[in-house]
Amino acid sequence: MTEEHHEELGWWRKYIFSLDHKVIGLQYGLTALSFLLLGFMLMILMRWQLAYPGEVIPWLTFVLIFIFIGFTIIYLAGKNRPYLALNSFIFFGIAGLIWYFTTGEERLPGGIMLPEFYNQLGAMHGTIMVFLGVVPLAVGAFGNYILPLQIGAPDMAFPRLNMASYWVYFIGGVLMIISFFLPGGAAQSGWTSYSPLADINTGQTMWLIAMLFLIMSSLLGAINFIVTTVQLRAEGMTWFRLPFFVWTQLITAFLLLLAFPSLQIGAIMQLLDRIAGASFFIPAGIIQGGKVLEYAGGGNPLLWQHLFWFLAHPEVYVLILPAIGIITEVITNNSRKPLWGYPAMVYSLFIVGFLSFVVYAHHMFITGMGTAVATWFQTTTMIISIPSVVFLAVLVFTLWGGSIRFTTPMLFALAWIPMFGIGGLTGLPLGLAPPDIHLHDTYYVIGHFHYIVAPGSIIAFFAGLYYWFPKICGHKLNDTLGKIHFWGTLIGMNLVFAPMLVQGMAGMSRRLYDGGMEYDHVQPVMFLNEWMTWGSWMIGIFQIFFILNMVLTLRKKSPTEDNPWEATTLEWATSSPPLAHGNFETEPVVYRPPYEYNVPVNGHIEPYLPQHKKVEMRD
Amino acid sequence: MEIPFTINERPDTGLTNPKFGIWLFLASEVMLFGSLFTSYIILRIGSPVPPHILAWPIQSQELNVLIGAINTAILIASSVTMILSWVALKEKQFKKFKLYMGLTIVLAVLFLVVKIWLEYLPKIQHGHVMSTNNFFAMYYLMTGLHALHIIGGIVVLAYFWGPGAKMWESNPEQFTNRIEVAGLYWHFVDLVWIFLFPTLYLL
Repeated sequence: MTEEHHEELGWWRKYIFSLDHKVIGLQYGLTALSFLLLGFMLMILMRWQLAYPGEVIPWLTFVLIFIFIGFTIIYLAGKNRPYLALNSFIFFGIAGLIWYFTTGEERLPGGIMLPEFYNQLGAMHGTIMVFLGVVPLAVGAFGNYILPLQIGAPDMAFPRLNMASYWVYFIGGVLMIISFFLPGGAAQSGWTSYSPLADINTGQTMWLIAMLFLIMSSLLGAINFIVTTVQLRAEGMTWFRLPFFVWTQLITAFLLLLAFPSLQIGAIMQLLDRIAGASFFIPAGIIQGGKVLEYAGGGNPLLWQHLFWFLAHPEVYVLILPAIGIITEVITNNSRKPLWGYPAMVYSLFIVGFLSFVVYAHHMFITGMGTAVATWFQTTTMIISIPSVVFLAVLVFTLWGGSIRFTTPMLFALAWIPMFGIGGLTGLPLGLAPPDIHLHDTYYVIGHFHYIVAPGSIIAFFAGLYYWFPKICGHKLNDTLGKIHFWGTLIGMNLVFAPMLVQGMAGMSRRLYDGGMEYDHVQPVMFLNEWMTWGSWMIGIFQIFFILNMVLTLRKKSPTEDNPWEATTLEWATSSPPLAHGNFETEPVVYRPPYEYNVPVNGHIEPYLPQHKKVEMRD
Repeated sequence: MEIPFTINERPDTGLTNPKFGIWLFLASEVMLFGSLFTSYIILRIGSPVPPHILAWPIQSQELNVLIGAINTAILIASSVTMILSWVALKEKQFKKFKLYMGLTIVLAVLFLVVKIWLEYLPKIQHGHVMSTNNFFAMYYLMTGLHALHIIGGIVVLAYFWGPGAKMWESNPEQFTNRIEVAGLYWHFVDLVWIFLFPTLYLL
């Protein structure tokens, strides 16, 4: 990779339709963060309605949110990173339009929310967070940027396909947003889109079309990740020398590749029910508004649930496995010890990956599936908790006896362990049919899976962002601001999600537009609605410190050092930020496993031994 | 910047990137059509017994088995010419490649013509559409998705027959690999039809 090979790329090729995995990773990252913000805003609207049903929404809160999107723009416009600026401008515009639009008479007449709009917010919050926020951030952003660097590859195996998957994802996202502006508004049948409701409810058609784009994007991405990992490992990078993050991305890619097609078929079938009058999911004699609908009937609504959950359960692991990979990198690096049980982690990952395909019907215990089938899914669900505990145990044993550095990414990683623990343990009662029948469709379920994806996945992504930020930009993020952000986010998240578990056990149903005020049995826990809403504001306010931190750090001039965390894996073997062409000066050669911290070499203890460093052994 | 193993095989895996990629793609396609066949089975075994208005029709009476069989033969023939075009490239006979690849495309188009003009259109004229019953909905969905794969294949093959064939001059080895990869996809699409034909026409 000498200088004369650097052909000058045009502006479009360099910043918009780039083939460089690092640029695509950043594009994914920024788009996904914008969508996370959008999903968060929808949630803020919902939480206002739950805490103060029927009261006028104070728009000042949302003005504040836009101010902090503004922060991003101020920075981006001033720096030489137009591809980031373009994305953020697009999403600033879109978010602004939504703000304008939500003041409309069909949604918020006089600032008071209509039930239909609440349903739209619920469905779109889930969809945006899962398919447009967390997955693209976990796989598209972290995977794209870090994975090729960690295996010592010059780029992804198929750069054009990589670009295509980003842009297909982008189109899917834009369509999803456009659906808010269509007559009837966005989808309002929940992110699970159960039939036959979703077959006849408004807003679902665009949701399905957008989903088909998102599915296509994930499939293309998954192929690329698997081929890259298998084919482009540097010399000496054997399977058991792969950093654990790469393993998680590999298994995640297999889950996406094999699980998503079933939702693809489901989405096509539901779309045909809606636009071609088929009755795949519609039984005969469906009545809407007092009239029998003109469908041939004979369809099976449960078929949709099977097709949906066959994807959506592996999808849950798609949300959490990359997070576990990030946490493993951060904890090992900051414990200054080799990962305690690397092979156990890898084998557990295989088991989780396989089992995630055979547990899905535990989402469907109340469909009357019969005890024999329920027993199978309860058993597999209990078994899959074992490898999940192995992950936690290995991470704790890695901390044991380490020289722990309490850096900001490490704080996030340490907090992740109990948070994921709570998320996992609260899942056990839901995996067994008898307690699930009580808890199904209550706030307990919401609390459980939010503990997995918010203080679970999102906390892990913050750990990853703080950890790899110096890789991307050459500067560590500010520690003080980082710690303020950490504590605020952690406490805010618990304030939101812990009360959900309490409310759920008291029997409060999910998807209630007025927060359940009509039901006597939930009155004792109604006061928690207000606490949770305050918690959600707290999360929002403390994100300002994170954005401010990024803005200030990115404004710093010349990069400082290439390996500020004294890490051993290959992404630190090149400059920070890495070379635009081919990542590495010379192709790296790998000599040892990934986490050689404080290991004895030639009679003394080496603080850290990078994978690519050649050491002559004496004796 | 060159991506390693685009043309040559990686020694320890024995694969080139594109070949591995297409196999993964086909794995996902297996899940796609697998979900579709599963849905078909669930809807069919869930349908009531004959006197009932929603009973599953006797498929061979609703569809034209002869036309289906002819189309099956056409697709199998196109698979054979596909292989022959790849063999021709291996033997460095470019003209023969053009001939067989051209034949493959012609057969694929013929399949679509038969499908659309002799099957879809008459059925639609008789009022048999997706909203008629779930058998026809499933029939149009399964064969339609397959036809989309055929169209996709025709686009790719036509590219390799026309403008893409220039690569034979500059990089014959990579071009041959591309034909092989396209062939894997094409055989898969044929294979799907070989399952679709008995499922929809005969059973």
